[in-house]
Amino acid sequence: MAERIIIDARGSFCPGPLMELIARLKYGAVGEEFEVLSSDKGSANDIPEWLHKVGHEFLGTREEAGVWHIALRKTK
Amino acid sequence: MKILIIGGGMGGTILANNLARRLAAEIRSRKVQLTMLTASDKHMYQPGLLYLAFGRMTPDELYRDQASLLEPGIELQVDPVETFELDKNQVKTKGGKTHAYDILVIATGSRPVPEMIPGLAENAEQFYTEESALKMFRSLQAFQGGRVVIAMGVPHKCPMAPLEITFMLHDYFKDRGIRDKVQLHYTYPVGRVHSLENVAKWAQPEFDRLGITYETLFNMKEVDGKNKVVRSEEGTETKYDLLITIPVHKGMEVIEKNKLGQGGFIPTNKTKLTMEGHSNVYVIGDTTNIPISKAGSTAHYQAETLGENIAAIVKLGQPVREHDGKVFCFIECGKDRATYAMFNYTNPPDPKPPSRAIHWFKMAYNKLYWTSARGLL
Repeated sequence: MAERIIIDARGSFCPGPLMELIARLKYGAVGEEFEVLSSDKGSANDIPEWLHKVGHEFLGTREEAGVWHIALRKTK
Repeated sequence: MKILIIGGGMGGTILANNLARRLAAEIRSRKVQLTMLTASDKHMYQPGLLYLAFGRMTPDELYRDQASLLEPGIELQVDPVETFELDKNQVKTKGGKTHAYDILVIATGSRPVPEMIPGLAENAEQFYTEESALKMFRSLQAFQGGRVVIAMGVPHKCPMAPLEITFMLHDYFKDRGIRDKVQLHYTYPVGRVHSLENVAKWAQPEFDRLGITYETLFNMKEVDGKNKVVRSEEGTETKYDLLITIPVHKGMEVIEKNKLGQGGFIPTNKTKLTMEGHSNVYVIGDTTNIPISKAGSTAHYQAETLGENIAAIVKLGQPVREHDGKVFCFIECGKDRATYAMFNYTNPPDPKPPSRAIHWFKMAYNKLYWTSARGLL
């Protein structure tokens, strides 16, 4: 399995983790996996919500020491 | 020691002036050589473009000669870099010169690329260049009523611009006496009306109060100019009579061509401001890939940290502090009220209710900017 691309958005109030993800996905290839690191617990809800709406695959969320790791696969 | 700054925008100019003052003695004694390479002999006050689009500033107010903004110890060459040879500690310019360096700072900025979204460039108005802002001004003047849709690309320069343009459009149409004939519809890429939660909490009731409709989780996919419809990645669509966009941005072409970073944004350490993998190469402003606002204010505070650190490297052999991610952004809330958002990597903003006093401070800053670029404010 190819290595996940890490998007380290810890401490990003603006533009914020979801906006960082949207920007970075433009340059990703279909099938590539990403992991967003966020210090905002709201990301655990709003990123999966957006992925569901757009149709990318949500692979799961885990929390470690106040950092949320949200994994996904670009599908289109 | 040779310090080379690439880019004469806000970050590069403030940094150069900051260093010229801190290292004045070293520059005079020729221990330090401070050079700026830039693409233009003119410096633009980019936030002024917002006012240009409403006929509240004129193009001549946006520019100064770059040389007039720089301290005497800075060697300015209007000769943009074409090739970065980081393994050899040198760059090559369009004019055919090779510049070696001990410390390199890349501050080349970002550019709007509306053409990344099919149909957008041909069918939308935007204000991110002088030409497009003037075109938008003429379109607004000719507009007599209908549905105005505001839509963003991601990433974009100046995260407050979407709100500012919307509030200013409200006042603009109100002043023309046609607000009741205009439906303002705001769209935004994430699940609230602004990425900053506290700003969104303040802006949403303002939209409600002013009769501005909004739709979140809307990322432009394409614009169908024939049917006047914008379609989103999320599968929705919205009709428009006048489409106004904050276009998606990329870093400069030279960064992409030299493969320094995806989308023209260079991987940068957010506290050291070094380019990843290069301890003597620094990156500031829109050029970084740091997850922080692409804004003049960001570049300003990064330039101040870096000025202090590079001067300390020259004098002490090491940097003295880490960057805290400070940003201060004015938010115009119409033609005569404003507020601001101030935050850093650890503290979120807490915007205050808009006031006339902050608006007039912003008006004053539009003039004081030139003092800021000189590194005096």
